[in-house]
Amino acid sequence: MRVTVEITRRPEIADPQGTTIQRALHDLGHNEVMSVRVDRVIHLEVDGDDPALVQRRVEEMCREVLANPILEDFSVEVTG
Amino acid sequence: MSTAVVVFPGTNCERDVVHALNSLGGDAEVVWHRETDLSAFNGVVLPGGFAHGDYLRTGAIARFSPVMVEVERMAAEGLPVLGICNGFQVLCEAGLLPGALIANRDLTFICRFVDLEVVDNQSILTRSAEVGQRIRIPLNSYEGNWVDPGKIGRIVLRYVDDPNGSQQGAAAVANDRGNVVGVMPHPERGVDEVLGSVDGRILLEGFLHSLVPA
Repeated sequence: MRVTVEITRRPEIADPQGTTIQRALHDLGHNEVMSVRVDRVIHLEVDGDDPALVQRRVEEMCREVLANPILEDFSVEVTG
Repeated sequence: MSTAVVVFPGTNCERDVVHALNSLGGDAEVVWHRETDLSAFNGVVLPGGFAHGDYLRTGAIARFSPVMVEVERMAAEGLPVLGICNGFQVLCEAGLLPGALIANRDLTFICRFVDLEVVDNQSILTRSAEVGQRIRIPLNSYEGNWVDPGKIGRIVLRYVDDPNGSQQGAAAVANDRGNVVGVMPHPERGVDEVLGSVDGRILLEGFLHSLVPA
């Protein structure tokens, strides 16, 4: 099954890369950009046919290694 | 009394650390990250570099290397565990130190001498120094910006000039017990006049003094 994992940095944690991109966009005249955050998307192909079980297994992987709970939140979407 | 200096794939400061410790009277040797028995060693150093390519996050893959079971045991037993630069990142990912390290505030790789102040000398790294003492050693990192949302870390060295945005200016952080320390600048690069500094000696001497018979 195809699974998409989105890892997002917690709002209270600084994102120097997002801040730098926002500054560059402003330099190019796109002053309407109020905030930029750069996140991470991981695509997995997982052996299994029960979407609920695959969802739970990948959430375990997120807690174990894919996300750092100090910095990041995650969401898991099983797309079939 | 001997020190294991762990090499992960991508570690690149292990020889500097072995040389520095041995030049100060230590007995350090390199061990591979797949080693599962460090019972012959009285302390361990995780040196700088790019363990496992820094993939996913710095230290995120290294924390699952087989040797880390032994590093966790030594930390729990109160033996000295020191992470330098990338090793600091590995110790945070492993949960042996609080917080995490993210990209420097200005997104620059910083490679220069920095001035540090000792703010706590109850740790294996700072025990030979005085509180308030200034130390000048090289910083060499891109992800040296320590964040600690829970504000639970014990800072033992602080940058005088805040080069990277690190929370409360932290350059080195200890666990409660003081036997596990992560330091972002490189004490092993400040042990000889020819390197431009000998200020790293007092830090590594603290580590060596912390080694006790197994």
